[in-house]
Amino acid sequence: MNDALDVAVRLLLVFVAFLVLPLVVGQTEHKVMAHMQGRLGPMYAGGFHGWAQLVADGVKFAQKEDVVPKDADRRVFQLAPAVALLPYLLVLVAIPVAPGSVGAVVDAGIFFALAVMGVGVLGSLMAGWASANKFSLLGGLRTAAQLLAYELPMLLAAASVAMAAGTVSLTGVLDAFEWWWVPWQIVGALVFFVAGLAELQRPPFDMPVADSEIIFGAYTEYTGLRFALFLLAEYAGIVVLCGLTTVLFLGGWHGPWGDDGLGWLWTLLKTAVLAFVVIWLRVSYPRLREDQLQKLAWTTLVPLALAQIALTGIVKVAIS
Amino acid sequence: MREPTVVAADYFDTYSVVGLLAVIGVLFVAVAFGAGRLLRPVVPTPEKLLTYECGVDPVGEGWAHTQVRYYVYAFLYVIFAVDSIFLFPWATVFAAPGYGATTLVEMFVFLGFLAVGLLYAYKKGVLAWT
Repeated sequence: MNDALDVAVRLLLVFVAFLVLPLVVGQTEHKVMAHMQGRLGPMYAGGFHGWAQLVADGVKFAQKEDVVPKDADRRVFQLAPAVALLPYLLVLVAIPVAPGSVGAVVDAGIFFALAVMGVGVLGSLMAGWASANKFSLLGGLRTAAQLLAYELPMLLAAASVAMAAGTVSLTGVLDAFEWWWVPWQIVGALVFFVAGLAELQRPPFDMPVADSEIIFGAYTEYTGLRFALFLLAEYAGIVVLCGLTTVLFLGGWHGPWGDDGLGWLWTLLKTAVLAFVVIWLRVSYPRLREDQLQKLAWTTLVPLALAQIALTGIVKVAIS
Repeated sequence: MREPTVVAADYFDTYSVVGLLAVIGVLFVAVAFGAGRLLRPVVPTPEKLLTYECGVDPVGEGWAHTQVRYYVYAFLYVIFAVDSIFLFPWATVFAAPGYGATTLVEMFVFLGFLAVGLLYAYKKGVLAWT
């Protein structure tokens, strides 16, 4: 196939995945939460079990007036949703789905993914500061605190995988993968996943948007399309986090059988199960307080991640 | 294991694909905002443009004084994060033939420094909330 066409098809697929997968996660969240809480959830839109609810939401958001408060820092305020959303699109291009099926083989994949994901948080900080609203400012400060605490264990856990594989390329990690890496790296996987949840500000780490305390944190002043983009960023973030955890710790396209033809199915299945866990945690755990949050990060996750690095180092040198 | 020689032009090819995707993303947002402008009503009133403060008129400025209680964590974070960046290039070679035990000892020295730093912060009571 022609090179330019090949690139175009890959980018198109990545873009479609970026638009569709977050909506699938969102719809699943509606239904899973409804079932776990013994209620119906949205049932009307679209007829069958309210499948079109998110489409209806989208139409509503697009028609809503876009209010920028008088005191706000206008440009920064308007730009913030884009800054929050686009990094997740860029990370998606580096996540391999099946052998040979990846948007672009980024050589320093782990590094690229972590660096670009960090930019996404900047959107929340911009929103928090530019809104000129006290609740938004508090939300922004909490976001910053959370980022400081959880970026580090995430980095360390990812470094452990890079040590195991001897490469920082995501496809390289999967090429080197063996099934016993799962028990070997399980502590790192837990640290990575929990830290990722905190970075996405998902419950139980939703202090920065705690609606019962500070309205909606950094997004208090947003309406319409811009608010919708922040929501989309959250769900795209779930997809990216679950995809990365799958690739780094759960062996991506490797499965008990059918690696060659059905690899993509394994990747999607593992990602979907992780996304389900994300939703499950939202329903089952109460919100952590700010001090509990910092304590969990610095006295539990960071030492665990360091221990995982030590374990990885010893085993790797012992077997080579 | 010898890496094949990579020509710089080929190496940056992948990043041009990433750049292209970034352009698509920016276009997507621009089109969405543009279309939104056409679809939505614009009826600003002075009340609507006030910042939200539980339904009463906002008091003082939005950019209020706040005590940032976790600034010590920020220092901790910078120290640790800059350190851990160096882990990644090291991670790709540490088990290569001829390194083995030496790099493992180095790793424990590195981890030791981090652990002592964390322990020091813990003893100082920095990690406990006041």
